[in-house]
Amino acid sequence: MSQDIELDHVTMRFGALTAVSDVNLTIPAGEFFSFLGPSGCGKTTILRMVSGFMEPTSGAIRIGGKDMAGIGPNKRPTALIFQNLALFPLMTVAENIGFGLEVRGVASTDRRKRVKQLLELVALPDTADKKVTELSGGQRQRIAIARALAVEPAVLLLDEPLSALDLKLRQHMRSELRDIQKRTGVTFIYITHDQGEALTMSDRIGVMSRGVLQQVGDGRAVYDDPASAFVASFVGETNRFTGRVIAATGGRAAIDTPAGKMIGRNPRDLREGDQAILFVRPERVRAADGAAENNVIDSRVSHQEFEGAFVNIFLEPVQGRPIVFQTANAGNGPGWEEGAAARVSFRPEDAVVLPPSDDIE
Amino acid sequence: MSEVLRRYGPVLTAVIVALCAFWVVMLVVLPQLLMIDFSLRPSLPPSRVGGPDDVYTVQNYVTLWNNTIHRSIFLQTIWASALVTALTFAVCYPVAYFMAQVAKPKTLPLMILLLVIPFWINELLRTFAWYIILAFNGPLNQALVGLGLIDQPIRFLGSPAGVIVGMVYVYILFMVFPLYNAIESLDRNQIEAARDLGSGWLRIHRRIVIPHAKPGIAVGCIMTFMLAAGSYAVPALLGGPSSRWFTEIIYNWFFEGGNWNQGAAYAFILLVLCVGFILGMMRLFKVGLTDVAK
Repeated sequence: MSQDIELDHVTMRFGALTAVSDVNLTIPAGEFFSFLGPSGCGKTTILRMVSGFMEPTSGAIRIGGKDMAGIGPNKRPTALIFQNLALFPLMTVAENIGFGLEVRGVASTDRRKRVKQLLELVALPDTADKKVTELSGGQRQRIAIARALAVEPAVLLLDEPLSALDLKLRQHMRSELRDIQKRTGVTFIYITHDQGEALTMSDRIGVMSRGVLQQVGDGRAVYDDPASAFVASFVGETNRFTGRVIAATGGRAAIDTPAGKMIGRNPRDLREGDQAILFVRPERVRAADGAAENNVIDSRVSHQEFEGAFVNIFLEPVQGRPIVFQTANAGNGPGWEEGAAARVSFRPEDAVVLPPSDDIE
Repeated sequence: MSEVLRRYGPVLTAVIVALCAFWVVMLVVLPQLLMIDFSLRPSLPPSRVGGPDDVYTVQNYVTLWNNTIHRSIFLQTIWASALVTALTFAVCYPVAYFMAQVAKPKTLPLMILLLVIPFWINELLRTFAWYIILAFNGPLNQALVGLGLIDQPIRFLGSPAGVIVGMVYVYILFMVFPLYNAIESLDRNQIEAARDLGSGWLRIHRRIVIPHAKPGIAVGCIMTFMLAAGSYAVPALLGGPSSRWFTEIIYNWFFEGGNWNQGAAYAFILLVLCVGFILGMMRLFKVGLTDVAK
């Protein structure tokens, strides 16, 4: 059955490098949890520690309350889906899926029955006797999932399994994975650097940078209420203004930037005089109407990018970065000419002021 | 062919073809044909060669069939060569696996060097080294007695054990490198995936590593078997009357009996039966010729 996973002050060092630093986290049974971060942030190391291929330098990993220290990957109630899937090319689809059952000494008739059920679960009922090499990328993906689910793991670990697929298939597999997770109730731990995957599939997301778990929360929390400058800049697109805090009252902070005074939420309680960065999403910036008084930027349109459903308008750079905002493609033609004067603004509650950190570029 | 012609031009192509033809005809086909011709004629004094008695006959082949001692030595050679092959595989597989999947990139060149260095020395000298090690009063017996594992020194030399130990050592490289190449190409994730699915190490080797490495295993085993069956130096030096090798009998026909025709027949039988044995084994283990060619 599905089980809780507890990471208790888990740290992993390789020589002088700390790959994972004091991660504390409980993932309840049946949750779809994603670790999101750039390559080298330690997310794969966490996965390998949970699956048992590595032992943490310090701290404990508990699955269903049981300490996993000293228990090898073949004895843990986890199943791992590898980035390259690692299906066995010399075996048929049925042998691949049945491998974990064969290991457990399940009789071949029961094995065949179980393989059939799993192939139905992943909607590939007629592939049992095919060679793995005869399948398409998306089909292999599903066989890998079926093979991992065959051993009835408490936790399914997925290491960027969609990264090799093309865009359409990737989007399709997202909903498929989510669907399989809901139907089986197995705890999923998903590793990805793709924020789109993390946001669409996960119950909760843990954002990592340089081995540190920066923030844990559902997609909306991570996107709308980033806890650090890294989370704000890594998850989604964002505009950024750097300056010094000139006023901080009532949960708001005002900073002084070359584009003028900007006000945003102040979740980290920055004080007057602190160095700070204000982040605001492109879709929260809009054309300023007459009533706007705060956070108004007067600039010129530099260029625009037509994305289909919306248009990204780029204004002249401030502090070396163009200001981006989005307008919906409502069908009334281009509204912003290149070189034209533009006056935009955003609401203080849509912006967040955070302390700077050196892990953003 | 046209690809070669396009790439190298007519002159160079002609040279390459001529060299290949020379190699195949002069060094492979012609000597074999001469051997077969020899083996099918009776052994005659030079004065009667080409005379009325010089007719084709299978008498030389029948000799082996009728000579029970030679026949049993022949069977023993095949059996012992198979045993040498199996033991060499057993010794080399862990080494090759370690080198291919476990060893760190830094230590690998050192391991390969350590494996290769002894083979810079002539095979005869290496076999003599084993002669010393295995001697009745040699270091191996002294060590075993010293450790209390045996009471009396064992007479290794002259026994089949001595010959087999010596051969396993001599042919290690011919087994290690094909195995290493085959295992090295196995994606490590395959091993980890099997482990993650609950498999123990024995099953991982049986179901994942060995099936993947089968072509390399076949190449290593074929080379070791053929070299062992055709070996002369090791059995001559380390063996005795109870461990005679078929090649020694062939040698005797040629150089002591002076009967080249009989020797040629024996050599040809050895070749054909070894090839037959190998094809049978490949059939048994379901290895195709194309697998070996990879």
